[in-house]
Amino acid sequence: MLIYILRRIASAVSVVIVTLVASFGLFFIAPTDPAGTICGQRCTPERYADISASLNLDQPVVEQVGEYLKGLAVGRTYHSGGLAIECDAPCLGYSYTLGQPVTKLIGQALPVTVSIVLGGAVVYLIAGILGGIIAARRRGTYLDRLMVGTSLGINAVPYFVVALLVALYATFLPHAGYHPLLENPLTWAAGLLAAWLTLGLANAASYTRYARASMIETLGEDYIRTARAKGISERRVVYRHGLRAAITPIATIFGLDLAFQLTGAIFTEAMFGLPGLGVLTLRAFNQYDLPVLMGGVLVGSVVLVVMNLLVDILYTILDPRVRLG
Amino acid sequence: MTEPQLLTTPERRPDTVSRARRVAGDRTEGQSYLEVKDLTVTFPTADGLVRAVQGLSYSLPLGRTLAVVGESGSGKSVSSMAIMGLHDPRSTRMTGSITVGGEEIVGMSPAELRKRRGVNAAMIFQDPQSSLHPYFTVGDQIIEAYRAHHRVSKRVARDRAVDMLGRVGIPNPRRRLDDYPHQFSGGMRQRAMIAMALVNDPKLLIADEPTTALDVTVQAQILDLIMELQQDFGSAVLFITHDLGVVAEIADDVLVMYGGRGVEYGRAESILGQPLHPYTWGLLESIPAVSGEPARLHPIPGSPPSLLALPSGCSFHPRCEFAGRVPGDACSVDLPDLVSRTEDTTRTSRCHLSDPAGIFATDILPRLP
Repeated sequence: MLIYILRRIASAVSVVIVTLVASFGLFFIAPTDPAGTICGQRCTPERYADISASLNLDQPVVEQVGEYLKGLAVGRTYHSGGLAIECDAPCLGYSYTLGQPVTKLIGQALPVTVSIVLGGAVVYLIAGILGGIIAARRRGTYLDRLMVGTSLGINAVPYFVVALLVALYATFLPHAGYHPLLENPLTWAAGLLAAWLTLGLANAASYTRYARASMIETLGEDYIRTARAKGISERRVVYRHGLRAAITPIATIFGLDLAFQLTGAIFTEAMFGLPGLGVLTLRAFNQYDLPVLMGGVLVGSVVLVVMNLLVDILYTILDPRVRLG
Repeated sequence: MTEPQLLTTPERRPDTVSRARRVAGDRTEGQSYLEVKDLTVTFPTADGLVRAVQGLSYSLPLGRTLAVVGESGSGKSVSSMAIMGLHDPRSTRMTGSITVGGEEIVGMSPAELRKRRGVNAAMIFQDPQSSLHPYFTVGDQIIEAYRAHHRVSKRVARDRAVDMLGRVGIPNPRRRLDDYPHQFSGGMRQRAMIAMALVNDPKLLIADEPTTALDVTVQAQILDLIMELQQDFGSAVLFITHDLGVVAEIADDVLVMYGGRGVEYGRAESILGQPLHPYTWGLLESIPAVSGEPARLHPIPGSPPSLLALPSGCSFHPRCEFAGRVPGDACSVDLPDLVSRTEDTTRTSRCHLSDPAGIFATDILPRLP
């Protein structure tokens, strides 16, 4: 078991390194002029040289990568307009367009995105799984058909339209905005409520159908019949015996969804004016802010790999046959 | 995982004939614990009414084993699920009467049924691999069954579970209690299922093809175990099977079912020794011979009837090679009654043939291996 996890962690780390080097290659070695783009139209030769030097664009590629990795590990120093800027480890570089270290920018944006995504996940997991169980138990009835139909309807509408509709019509919700959780949990929750409901509603539709399908399959299993034959209550049959088995495939989907949402919450962020990772990366993309883009890619790949790893570990906890078999 | 040693020593295991004789000779009729009278189970579906069981009647006293024999779709499993009250009341129509320990099951509320499930009657199933929950330990599942009907602490229930696992012949039960089903072998899983079924001391054990999914050597061990526990507990056993070899091994009485109806009923030794229904003949003929000249198998021609549209008259007549010996078109028009047709009033059959015993002697017996 321990060896299995260590092996998975090793492979996860190597995936991140490969992603890092590959994206480094794509952004920095591409036949573009990052320093010129960052520097802008009214660019002085000094500033251009400054930026080139701090991005190490004047050095061989291998050294560029080496400097970047070194910055990650022990930090490095940037120069901007004659000022020396200390960038502590893990240093993801320095954004010249925003005049901030990338680590700090991502450090500000990440909690916003995580708040949105995890809060939304609570909404759609509860609503989706409960809805799926209800639909599965009343399979074939009008209620079941109504729920499946509604869920398909919501899924058929593009996500940003759902977000837009919530933003337009759910005006009774508190104003959207991000307030750090540690300052005041109430304003934190109030500011995120609209985003949670949007993300929750859109995904609850899919999760209702996942949970319904998984539950229907499980409730048809022989061991459910055995559980009924024992004379335990129907609620116990469904929620202990049924849900316990039906949750495993949902957990797999959830892990991957979560990773995807953490790196792609951009619609939700943009729609509700929340300064998250998606908005930060998109701005960096538009302005060709390479260090921020690189940072975004790196954080994204780490999130994906970590979520995959967590799903695998979760699987061994959920299914004893994986754990011991 | 190795199988535990046989609980019974070889000489303790009675051979079929002597066991049957002993049962017929020295055992008097006990109180009928299970009474099924004119039971009909139907499922309304989009394609029409599925008549799974029709006009089924039999009784089963304590201490006896009734084997219900028939092909898939003959209604044998459906009728046993009805005894357990396991059908979804929303999709099932039931008429007639089932009494277990004197209590009427048909029409009982789901809550009342639930209270009795596992206490009056318990059930074990065909495939212990899929019948045990893969995510819970064996002990967990047995303890849950006990605590569903007994308000006892976890510790007491756990001791009870250890006790039961030991009784069904699982070595080192205290340690094996915390194993998951996949850590058990097939035979041990079925033993665990039996332990779980018997944990509440039910007076009726329904075994739905409990040996079908097991290795032949393990089958014999499980059959022995069921017989042994039956003697210890003095319970009634309803044994569903399509394997006449198993019937010979374990049954006191036999009910042969076809198309949702009972077609032959009686003592095991008389039904196996001199069956009077062409369908039972077909079942006997389709058993492959182990010894002697290799011969072709004699399957029953055709396939089991659709329960949506049963053939008119005797449901078996389209597959019956002796339908021509009945004068007129009685077989395809009239449903024969399940009545006694010999001096032995305990045995009944549902067939228009005037001399089934004669046909069995001249036509069937020579064909049997």
